[in-house]
Amino acid sequence: MANPISIFEVSGRAMAAQLTRLNTTASNMANARSVARSEAEAFRALKPVFRTHVDSPDMSTVDVELIIQSDTQPKRRHDPTNPMADPEGYVWEAGVDEATEMIEMIEAARQYQNNVQVLQTAKSLILETIRMGK
Amino acid sequence: MDKIFGIYGDALALRSQRLNMLASNIANAATPHFKARDLDFDKAIASVLDGTPLNDSVASNSRYRVPLQPAMDGNTVELSTEQTLFAENAVQYRSTLSFLEGRLGTLRRAMKGE
Repeated sequence: MANPISIFEVSGRAMAAQLTRLNTTASNMANARSVARSEAEAFRALKPVFRTHVDSPDMSTVDVELIIQSDTQPKRRHDPTNPMADPEGYVWEAGVDEATEMIEMIEAARQYQNNVQVLQTAKSLILETIRMGK
Repeated sequence: MDKIFGIYGDALALRSQRLNMLASNIANAATPHFKARDLDFDKAIASVLDGTPLNDSVASNSRYRVPLQPAMDGNTVELSTEQTLFAENAVQYRSTLSFLEGRLGTLRRAMKGE
């Protein structure tokens, strides 16, 4: 155990990870209805990949390993009046499922809250332990 | 020193270990394939009282949580369960702490000769 992680680091990093998740969700939502000229150029939802960071068997926190593009396919839509339309009159709508993103957002917010609560409890317990006997 | 504080010093250390484990579970609520762990406090404290070193006792009395409803991504953290146990364990930590305070108060009065 070169660098044992404390309970503050456990919850702090989990909060950072959830925040990354919230950020990617915000980007996905912002781009939900954007269109592109081709399938390759179309926006695809971003998804962070979480991985357990183990320090000792009793303690582990979480890292954002990488951010991948989801495999939600962009939708082809006929819209000849759109300036982004290809010669055949089609545009490619971003591969974002808004319902999934909403659920992701709520879940990330809740889990963030849970970690804040853990941090608060741990902090007050540690302070009480320090004050013991005074 | 151990005699003065009785079982409470070890109990506090075990409570704090369990707090760490439950915090780790909550931190990994969204990590695929993460397996939640918990410490069987009663068995751990019993083995410490039998003379097992604290760390060994933690290691041999840790268990993987059996989820009520398995998730598709292999994660076994159920936030409601973890949150409840975390709160419960925090209260137990606090009561152990106040027992320790009581001991300290008694000692202090004894030393002052009140």
